[in-house]
Amino acid sequence: MAERDKRDVILQVKDLNVSFRTYGGIVRAVRGVTFDLRRGETVAIVGESGSGKSVTIKAIMGILPSNATIESGEILYGGMDLTKLTEEEFHNIRGKRIGLIFQDPLSALNPIMKVGNQIMEALILSQKMSKKAARQRALELMEAVGIPDVERRFNQYPFQFSGGMRQRIVIAIALAGDPEILICDEPTTALDVTVQARILELINKIKEERHLSVIFITHDLGVVATMADRVNVMYAGKIVETGTSEEVFFEPAHPYTWALLSSMPDLETKERLFSIPGTPPNMISPPPGDAFSVRNRYALRIDFEKEPPLFKITDTHYAATWLLHPKAPRVEMPEALKTRIERMRRRAVGNE
Amino acid sequence: MSDSTYLLEVKNLCRHFTSGRGKNKLVVKAVDNVSFGVKPAETFGLVGESGCGKTTLGRTIIRLYDPTSGQVFFNGREISGKMTGELRRYLTENIAMIFQDPIESLNPRMTVEEIIGEGLKVRGVKDKAEIRRRVVEMLKKVGLNEEHATRYPHEFSGGQRQRIGIARALIVQPKMIIADEPVSALDVSIQAQVINLLNDLKEEFGLTILFIAHNLSVVKYFSDRIGVMYYGRLVEVARGEDLYAKPLHPYTRALLSAIPEPNPLTARNKKRLDYDPERDHDYSREKPEMVEIEPEHFVYCSPSEAARYREICRSAVKAGD
Repeated sequence: MAERDKRDVILQVKDLNVSFRTYGGIVRAVRGVTFDLRRGETVAIVGESGSGKSVTIKAIMGILPSNATIESGEILYGGMDLTKLTEEEFHNIRGKRIGLIFQDPLSALNPIMKVGNQIMEALILSQKMSKKAARQRALELMEAVGIPDVERRFNQYPFQFSGGMRQRIVIAIALAGDPEILICDEPTTALDVTVQARILELINKIKEERHLSVIFITHDLGVVATMADRVNVMYAGKIVETGTSEEVFFEPAHPYTWALLSSMPDLETKERLFSIPGTPPNMISPPPGDAFSVRNRYALRIDFEKEPPLFKITDTHYAATWLLHPKAPRVEMPEALKTRIERMRRRAVGNE
Repeated sequence: MSDSTYLLEVKNLCRHFTSGRGKNKLVVKAVDNVSFGVKPAETFGLVGESGCGKTTLGRTIIRLYDPTSGQVFFNGREISGKMTGELRRYLTENIAMIFQDPIESLNPRMTVEEIIGEGLKVRGVKDKAEIRRRVVEMLKKVGLNEEHATRYPHEFSGGQRQRIGIARALIVQPKMIIADEPVSALDVSIQAQVINLLNDLKEEFGLTILFIAHNLSVVKYFSDRIGVMYYGRLVEVARGEDLYAKPLHPYTRALLSAIPEPNPLTARNKKRLDYDPERDHDYSREKPEMVEIEPEHFVYCSPSEAARYREICRSAVKAGD
């Protein structure tokens, strides 16, 4: 653990606040998000739709829609604050130093352009390569992401590729600029499990080969466990719990994390599922106090009045819940979750 | 004739789609010679990857598509024959469907009351007050309330819309439900709500359910027996525990090995298996067919493979002792 901490921080998000102007009012999509990314690690951001995870990475990439504003906060990268860059300056970062893989590979690709040319375009723009060199490099990239028969595939259009192969093309384009950070926004949500497993393996492989740092956005906890070194759990625009994978999966502290972990059945679940009542809050007027309090069966009175700060559990593990306050009553995680974690630990021992 | 232990029985069902003519003719065997049965009050899960034909199978049973060949029996009566008005009525009275996309499957110009009550109207209930009463009763069963009846689908969240879809399916008191990916479009916390709701309703109404999904953990949790589909064929059918404890068909093994486990200690070292029909099977000399390897555990395999699978099961039992 100590060794990992020594690795330098490559990207830092500090107290980021992003709002959207809409007809209904101002939507406070991201409210004070702070996290960092260290060299060579994978950080996952987990949350449901509308929790602000995609908005956070859009802010990092500088691709927020025009009705969004960064109210406050900093995104520090390479000695710069990305929130203050002009569009021109961003051209030197986006695609070159930070690559992005989208959820839906079909809409990320140009349907009337040969895939080879799309990879070449990225190379010519970001690396200032000649056409001939770019073609050669594009073929190499296609091979590196596991596309068979590259010479023929080079001249095909996106519709001639399956979902998994399309996602490989998108990854090849993201790698064209030779980035040091790769941001993956639900890259496997639209794919089948067997294809998903292969794409995750591919991302892990290129991460090792190219010494990338990865920010991985997903709502699938199985995918998080496969990919992440550290996990940030987001709810209603805030990070409610952060820690290493082991800490978040085996010693979760926030009631929302408990609910997330126990709401999906695993292969051995027989008991009734723990479901979170209600729906996520409307972010035009987020509830005062802890935004999760209205759906939280463990909520204290203070949860409805005052926002909890991030309480420190270990050096790497923090959670924003008043339950961790020294004066709070002792509340244990639900029994079903406890037995499930027990089971997971036993499995891990059995496998060794 | 049909076997009376099953409420729904599918025999050698095929649904092929053709496109083009002459030398451009292309036949897609979306459902190819599929046979299985669903017992009364049982939940039968159907898993497979996209494009394997699981949705087509569901739709062919309820006659949204006409079968190319084969038979389907419901309660002993053949429902795959010529479509008559009487048969259509029989079908809609007995089998209802819940769709995947709760936005697309609800008419945006109808109120919730009209959507849910339409089934009753079709069945000749004319009394408005009676329809209203039963709609409200149904809304309460699925966790919504009376004031929701006058609203339109766009005013609801995804989970609530799926509840409306469930209410619409159940108001005609069908014997059987075909649920096609009912939770895959929903958020994690909402999925759990809908799965719990379906479980409660299943018990309350004694429903028989054909549950189609691609999420293996959800199917395992929800179903009594499971069928695995691959390219239009059913390759393995077994009770849930058996299928996950001793998967026999190489495709089932590959599918199970690909599930990402929510366990950081084991997920990384997990060994993934690949399935390649060309490599894994040799059907040049022997023809494969559905074989019962153990009681209630069917695998699509050739005689020599069947012998090998039986050996695997026997050694698994020994290891268990």
